[in-house]
Amino acid sequence: MHSTPAIEVDGLERSFGDVRAVDRISFTAEKGQVLGLLGPNGSGKTTTVRMLATLLPPTGGHASVLGHDIVTDAPAVRGRIGLTGQYAAVDEALTGRDNLYLIGRLLDLPRRDAKARATALIDQFGLTEAADRRARTYSGGMRRRLDLAASLVGRPEVLFLDEPTTGLDPHHRNEVWDAVRTLADDGVTVLLTTQYLEEADQLAHDLVVLDRGLVIASGTAAELKSRAGGRRLHVRPERPDEAALVAAIVASDVGREPTIAPSGEVVVGTPDPLALRRVEERLAVADIAVAEIGLRLPSLDDVFLSLTGRATAGATA
Amino acid sequence: MTATLEPTTSVVGTAPSRRRVPSTLRHGLSLARRGIVKTIHSPEALIDVTLQPVIFLLLFVYVFGGAIAGNSSAYLHFALPGVLLQTVVFASAGTGVGLAEDLKTGIFDRFRSLPISRAAPLLGAIGADLVRYLTAGVIMLVFGFALGYRTVASPLAVLAAFGLVLAFAFALCWVFTALAMVVREPRSVQGLSATIMLPLTFASSVFVPTATMPGWLQGFVAINPVSRSADAVRALLDGAPAGGAAAISLLTSAVVVVIFAPLAVALYRRRT
Repeated sequence: MHSTPAIEVDGLERSFGDVRAVDRISFTAEKGQVLGLLGPNGSGKTTTVRMLATLLPPTGGHASVLGHDIVTDAPAVRGRIGLTGQYAAVDEALTGRDNLYLIGRLLDLPRRDAKARATALIDQFGLTEAADRRARTYSGGMRRRLDLAASLVGRPEVLFLDEPTTGLDPHHRNEVWDAVRTLADDGVTVLLTTQYLEEADQLAHDLVVLDRGLVIASGTAAELKSRAGGRRLHVRPERPDEAALVAAIVASDVGREPTIAPSGEVVVGTPDPLALRRVEERLAVADIAVAEIGLRLPSLDDVFLSLTGRATAGATA
Repeated sequence: MTATLEPTTSVVGTAPSRRRVPSTLRHGLSLARRGIVKTIHSPEALIDVTLQPVIFLLLFVYVFGGAIAGNSSAYLHFALPGVLLQTVVFASAGTGVGLAEDLKTGIFDRFRSLPISRAAPLLGAIGADLVRYLTAGVIMLVFGFALGYRTVASPLAVLAAFGLVLAFAFALCWVFTALAMVVREPRSVQGLSATIMLPLTFASSVFVPTATMPGWLQGFVAINPVSRSADAVRALLDGAPAGGAAAISLLTSAVVVVIFAPLAVALYRRRT
């Protein structure tokens, strides 16, 4: 079956003076997909989202959303997208309910429908108690949820979320994540930008990694991780002073010299999934107590480091 | 590629009413209502159209009035129409500052990502501010009456004076809107607006008869649109014939709108 991709980006470019913020990037998001746009500050994520949401005209290349060109057919794009920017775009002087009602009216919903839609979204996002309070009294997490709700009033088919959890504490971050998962389950296509690798890993099926305006990698999280050097065998002995012994056993099996972390954790890259069982047996024979052992894919932090040679801002997330 | 299910219509799908031709005016009104609610809930934002003009009138009437016109009451009669105009003109500068502030938050990004006319948020802001101007004008007039201002003008002439004042403020607020789009920083907008407004309002016939001014200044005063409008408002409130001055004032307002409204909208569209 052939269907129009939700988002199609082809050689898209945006310069500000001499600075090329987005440098001929291309990627595609299928309908119903959650696509993560991953990169550090200044990598061009926000500029890309602003172009796709028709807020900023590109200086080169093409892009379309649900088959509508973002430049020549911008009004059609606006009718089918929702946008939640980096800074909660709610009116602080209005109540939560009035914020949503206003958007509904601007989308030409009849008064009664706009009211009903506002109430439904307020309930859906757990803002019932605060619905009739002014948004300026909301916590950061509530504001983000209201902002997310506001971008959903028009039942968008494609939702752009620009760093939806930046600056939120873990509890509120989880709330936003749950909301995004619910939307994805309902079939909404989501383009999510983030500088948190954990967030991309948690939410996105597919990732596009941006660095300095360029796409430097793309694929599923698992693909990117395997590209960063495949599986790693981790062994942490119960007693850290046995680490050297463990390292020797691992080295003789895998045929490569492992690294030993200060915690006593022994790590070596191996393509062989059976290495785990063999090493486990040999450690048992040698009577070494093991606190932790396993095969792990590298984290997205490892991926970013291997792709760019630099750690990310959010590498500790 | 794998087949993907179309999103379920219960969650996604365009509301049928959305396909109607978007109406800039209707959206502008919805946004104006937002602006008015906002103003009502932050009374401190009303100070520039309430307390400030009152203090201004008091200062001028009782500090300068005697020296200029012989006594305060005579000066009140002379100055009130001009101060009414000046108040509303200053309030229109506030439109630019308010827009610059709004544009710094993300809310205009949201409006711009909606399928509404790009001019609607500007119309909304200006619509809400017209209500502010009107409030300022009414307060000024009521306060003037409280201080002893009396007029023989018909209610219709008073309404016409108000109309002129509002038209003039509406025209000027497009200038400040355009300025806000170029300057961006609310504080700079405020500073620049004051720099423009002070000579325009003081080098005019608002506060003093112009006969004692040097010739070159009289030349400027004569072409200053604030003078022409102040003369028209004064004539209307005095119950005197105001046809010529009123026509010039309205024409000036119209010319300013024709130039600056499209300019402001174009600058707003281009803004990134």
